[in-house]
Amino acid sequence: MPFDRSAGTRNRNTDTGTGWAGASTEWNTNTERKVAVADTRLMKGNEALAEASIRAGCRAYFGYPITPQSEILEYLADEGRKRGMIVLQAESELAAINMVYGGAGAGARVMTSSSSPGVSLMQEGLSYIACAELPCLVVNVNRGGPGLGTIQPSQGDYFQATKGGGHGDYKLIVLAPASVQEMADFVFEAFDLADKYRNPVMILADGALGQMMEKVEFREYNPSEHTPDKPWATVGKPQSRERNIITSLHIQPEKMEQINLRLQEKYKQIAENEVRYELVQADDADYLIVAYGLAARIAHRAVELLRAEGIRAGLLRPITLNPFPYQVVHSLAERTEGILVVEMNSGQMVEDVKLGVEGRVPVAFHGRMGGIIPSPEEVVAALHSLRSTGVLAEGGEEVY
Amino acid sequence: MSTDLTPTTSVGGTDLMECVYKKPGTLTDTKFHYCPGCGHGVVHRILMEVIEELGIQEHTIGVAPVGCSVFAYHYMDVDMQEAAHGRASAVATAIKRIHPTKYVFSYQGDGDLAAIGTAETIHTANRGENILVVFINNAIYGMTGGQMAPTTLLGMKTTTSPAGRTVDTAGFPLKIADLVALLPGAYYVSRHAVHTANAVRHLKKAVTKSFQYQKLGKGTCFIEVVSNCPSGWKMTPLQANKWMEENMFPMYPMGDLKVPKQ
Repeated sequence: MPFDRSAGTRNRNTDTGTGWAGASTEWNTNTERKVAVADTRLMKGNEALAEASIRAGCRAYFGYPITPQSEILEYLADEGRKRGMIVLQAESELAAINMVYGGAGAGARVMTSSSSPGVSLMQEGLSYIACAELPCLVVNVNRGGPGLGTIQPSQGDYFQATKGGGHGDYKLIVLAPASVQEMADFVFEAFDLADKYRNPVMILADGALGQMMEKVEFREYNPSEHTPDKPWATVGKPQSRERNIITSLHIQPEKMEQINLRLQEKYKQIAENEVRYELVQADDADYLIVAYGLAARIAHRAVELLRAEGIRAGLLRPITLNPFPYQVVHSLAERTEGILVVEMNSGQMVEDVKLGVEGRVPVAFHGRMGGIIPSPEEVVAALHSLRSTGVLAEGGEEVY
Repeated sequence: MSTDLTPTTSVGGTDLMECVYKKPGTLTDTKFHYCPGCGHGVVHRILMEVIEELGIQEHTIGVAPVGCSVFAYHYMDVDMQEAAHGRASAVATAIKRIHPTKYVFSYQGDGDLAAIGTAETIHTANRGENILVVFINNAIYGMTGGQMAPTTLLGMKTTTSPAGRTVDTAGFPLKIADLVALLPGAYYVSRHAVHTANAVRHLKKAVTKSFQYQKLGKGTCFIEVVSNCPSGWKMTPLQANKWMEENMFPMYPMGDLKVPKQ
């Protein structure tokens, strides 16, 4: 099923928002957090995400500054602490992700955030967290790489986010917001999914989504209704139970294989139950554009431009990048003449699209790298090229 | 003639032998995997003895390292987390922040704490996290087969310093407890050993004090235990202890490095 838009998706043509008028600053203590009422604000994506984390009952945040996401740490160091959150600026992303391990293992909702180079540093820890099955939220506000790269927005970390990223066979659940509203909404979603599956969840945004300001509405959410008991957590061992051990070490290969099989079974369940996506004018589309996050907003505009020309174009926006909507791609491919994948990278998600298409129709790709955001006109040109000749515009690559 | 070899402990209801020493209930029945003569088992026992005597088993959470003591949680009957290499104090930091009324300790070797985990070690103590850091220094990477550690002595032969550690190629032995003692967040820093009964008694007192300080929220307590590695050093246990006294102790002297101001 497509993701329920009423639960919050992009809202591009809204009025200017109501600023901070609805700000709720009534929470003061650790123990007596009041349930926040819905209110609407104009916020940066990073700030909206941070505000949502407080409302989602995130007990502790551990992070290290890096552009373009430092507002998350800054917002929480002020607003989060005022409202009872533990906020610790760690000495590195290595320390931060291992604090997340410790905090999640201790039974609390915890999170960290970073941008690409910092998220690379967290990969070892994420592998441990995935194996130990610790629920937590990790936010990557993607910037251009490789290397120190640029602080401008990018989607270059798609592979790292969706294919595991660290060592061993594991997967994160990856949510890709495309608006400030979703930067907030997906925090609640992420914590719920993390707790439901005892799995780390990543919100994969980009520098533009982190920095842009839009209207965002916060709905009522009571963390205590969403947080399950965690009898496995290390909280001190009462006489009534055996000790709890959080570990990713299983030195006997037979045991380690069993752990792996259990993880794979869980990932299968996640793939069956949690695929989320958005369709825009895809019903009658001769040409389908597949794009996520910021690139999907650009692709959405391109669809409008193409429709104005009389070309029936549509958009598939994967919201969960893992699990990826292979089945949706598969069934849509049968109804289209061709598919254009638009990304802010050299072509990463296009591989997953091709897996879904299974050679039924041509799959073309248009991408920009290094922090460059493609324009809707570029996307239109790329689709014209696919449509008229089957050969792509300059810089693209035709793939079947 | 009786064939019953069970020791007689009571005759006519009168105990002949009083139980004066036993395995603490806070240690599991799992047999230690440590090599003969290794200090880990003794340190494990002392930690658990103190936890039992203080009655804090239900309120204690431990963090195991990567190294020979990676399986510390097999033996210590408290809730435990196994940390990534070097990150035990970061993991312990988060546990303590989330459960400030619990007792939290980390247990790490020299490669874990003083090489790959140096940043975490220093910053945890610098923040004055209210935890106990137990640091086992045997100047070698035991589990991976005896490689040079940051604390390896000059001239000491290991598999990665086969001609003996030299300053030219590997720099100097790192006295990380001395560094930690300089930090305002570190409340109590003390160096011990477990090769004699007397040393064991001293260590036990230090561990007890550390948990008491933790209860009072005083800051980071850091206990270094200079220990041996008969397998890695390629010595018998007795030779190893003698070598440790003669070579390790001059570089890593026993005693308090930092005590609370009166």
